[in-house]
Amino acid sequence: MEAFTAHTGRAVPLRRSNVDTDQIIPAHWLKKVTRDGFEDGLFEAWRKDPEFVLNKPERAGATVLVAGPDFGTGSSREHAVWALQNYGFKTVVSSRFADIFRGNSLKNGLLTVVLEQQVVDALWELVEQDPTAEITVDLQDRQVRAEGITADFELDENARWRLLNGLDDISITLQNEDAISTYESSRPSHKPSTLRG
Amino acid sequence: MGRTLAEKVWDDHVVRRAEGEPDLLFIDLHLLHEVTSPQAFDGLRKSNRAVRRLDLTIATEDHNTPTLDIDKPIADPVSRIQLETLRKNCADFGVRLHPLGDVEQGVVHVVGPQLGLTQPGTTVVCGDSHTSTHGAFGALAFGIGTSQVEHVLATQTLPMARPRTMAITVEGELPDTVTAKDLILAIIAKIGTGGGQGYVLEYRGPAIEKLSMEARMTICNMSIEAGARAGMIAPDATTFDYLKGRDHAPQGEDWDAAVAYWKTLKTDDDAVFDAEVVIDAASLAPFVTWGTNPGQGAPLSANVPDPASYEDPSERNAAEKALEYMGLTAGQPLRDIRVDTVFVGSCTNGRIEDLRAAAAIVEGRSVADGVRMLVVPGSVRVALQAVAEGLDKVFTQAGAEWRHAGCSMCLGMNPDQLAPGERSASTSNRNFEGRQGKGGRTHLVSPQVAAATAVLGHLASPADLSDADATALVEA
Ligand code: SF4
Repeated sequence: MEAFTAHTGRAVPLRRSNVDTDQIIPAHWLKKVTRDGFEDGLFEAWRKDPEFVLNKPERAGATVLVAGPDFGTGSSREHAVWALQNYGFKTVVSSRFADIFRGNSLKNGLLTVVLEQQVVDALWELVEQDPTAEITVDLQDRQVRAEGITADFELDENARWRLLNGLDDISITLQNEDAISTYESSRPSHKPSTLRG
Repeated sequence: MGRTLAEKVWDDHVVRRAEGEPDLLFIDLHLLHEVTSPQAFDGLRKSNRAVRRLDLTIATEDHNTPTLDIDKPIADPVSRIQLETLRKNCADFGVRLHPLGDVEQGVVHVVGPQLGLTQPGTTVVCGDSHTSTHGAFGALAFGIGTSQVEHVLATQTLPMARPRTMAITVEGELPDTVTAKDLILAIIAKIGTGGGQGYVLEYRGPAIEKLSMEARMTICNMSIEAGARAGMIAPDATTFDYLKGRDHAPQGEDWDAAVAYWKTLKTDDDAVFDAEVVIDAASLAPFVTWGTNPGQGAPLSANVPDPASYEDPSERNAAEKALEYMGLTAGQPLRDIRVDTVFVGSCTNGRIEDLRAAAAIVEGRSVADGVRMLVVPGSVRVALQAVAEGLDKVFTQAGAEWRHAGCSMCLGMNPDQLAPGERSASTSNRNFEGRQGKGGRTHLVSPQVAAATAVLGHLASPADLSDADATALVEA
């Protein structure tokens, strides 16, 4: 996983609430068996509309998505995160994310930043008025900065440490091999087995 | 201080706890299907890792499987590749798989419980958000992403932050006309699609205790639609009776030990929930959705709401967009909404009790002109049971289509889809834009409402049917 310390880039304002993962990446894209090549499926239905914000020429190359509340609800598909990353987004800002989406994003190095809706509103206004405006998301300082806007955000220490160091979960867990084996040896025999019966 | 059911199950699975870190939880059962696993197996291969516990892992095919001509090659090449990839991965890594055509094949959340693998006090995960279904047994069950699938395959554990707990107490008794589906739709409308976020929900109270295992699964299944990753119901005699004698249920001394343990899995009287919601069962009625998220629902007797009536601007905006997409007008009675398609199936309502309920209503009647009704059993076992009871005949004689098991039109990854602008009454769990096919419009309903709707051609409850019968008699 790529380490994330700080990122500065132009933004896409997505003024919609409750953007579920079916909208982020429709189900028919889930048939792919790789982790890349999802960029064309991102917001596929909306992108048919030339007026959709992602289609505006001035948004090309933007890397920060500023989304409405309850972003990433619905299905647990991790493809939603890959689609955002494949498209080029490094970070998503919203006042509220769905749990599974948030977990998936942090595991893949897509930083999801929770800010108060007021701050999100201010960011929307800023980047709508000036599409060239840049937003900095600084994980080191846990702060979002843009012209006239400075806002701190929270992220639990563990998730932050992993992102800052680009650490992969499995290797971290396997350092606890002893604890896992000890636990396994004391599991009761009535627990289900898929191989018995 | 006492502990809640969720806390007890959680504590029993902590492999490692350290200050400032998520707990490392042991996973008792890992369910796999073709959609969210290929990239996980890929990851294992890349890092030269094996599946740690083949005895706690099982796979089935469901999302892409066709429900017609299952003996022929799958037409859609991409669906075929996904199924073939799962078969290859399971063969390479030694994972037990129930492929299309196998008697244990079916929707993953129907298969686990019917094999007796889903048990009280276990941790169950699957790369699928409706894993919450298994919480009906008093298991801690939640959906995970593909990275986590890989993590569980490699380590049989997951690092997880301890969730908060919310009690949803359903007081009183459900009226006869009200089903588990109506109840959960009403709960979601009440607390909102984000209301359960960060919580494990525990459904409790007299109305819940009276529910069958299958009805409990319907409730827990849609916890995710309320924003919660998991929903649970304390195990009791109903749970034990359901499990006893199933293929993978404990036997002999193990059974006794298991039941003794399971009986301890009740929330202590002095336990404190982080949040509580109380619902009066007696006040409920058949419930349907009118919008494009599962929280946008109302009693069938109501009218389509006026977006202007919402105080919250984002809710108002969401309601406006939903009405536009759904092609509805504010104030229109929900009962006037005509449908083209009725879908009975999915991990929410594709079990035998659901099929029996729908069959009882269409029996001796016929599906309205211009309406197609698809009945898709949740698993092959459910299908076999239904055939043994003659339900397939009841459906086909009424003019419905009887199909093979799978997810089918719940998400339309196989050919079972709505055409643009088509409208369905569906017993599934999500009414998102395009969920059942591009431009398709979905109303979430119970199997009973689905069946009555199929007969009358517009959203309806079984009670409307007897009224219609009576009118027909008078006119005749
Ligand atoms: S039936 Fe629907 S909700 Fe259930 S697992 Fe299949 S696609 Fe998901």
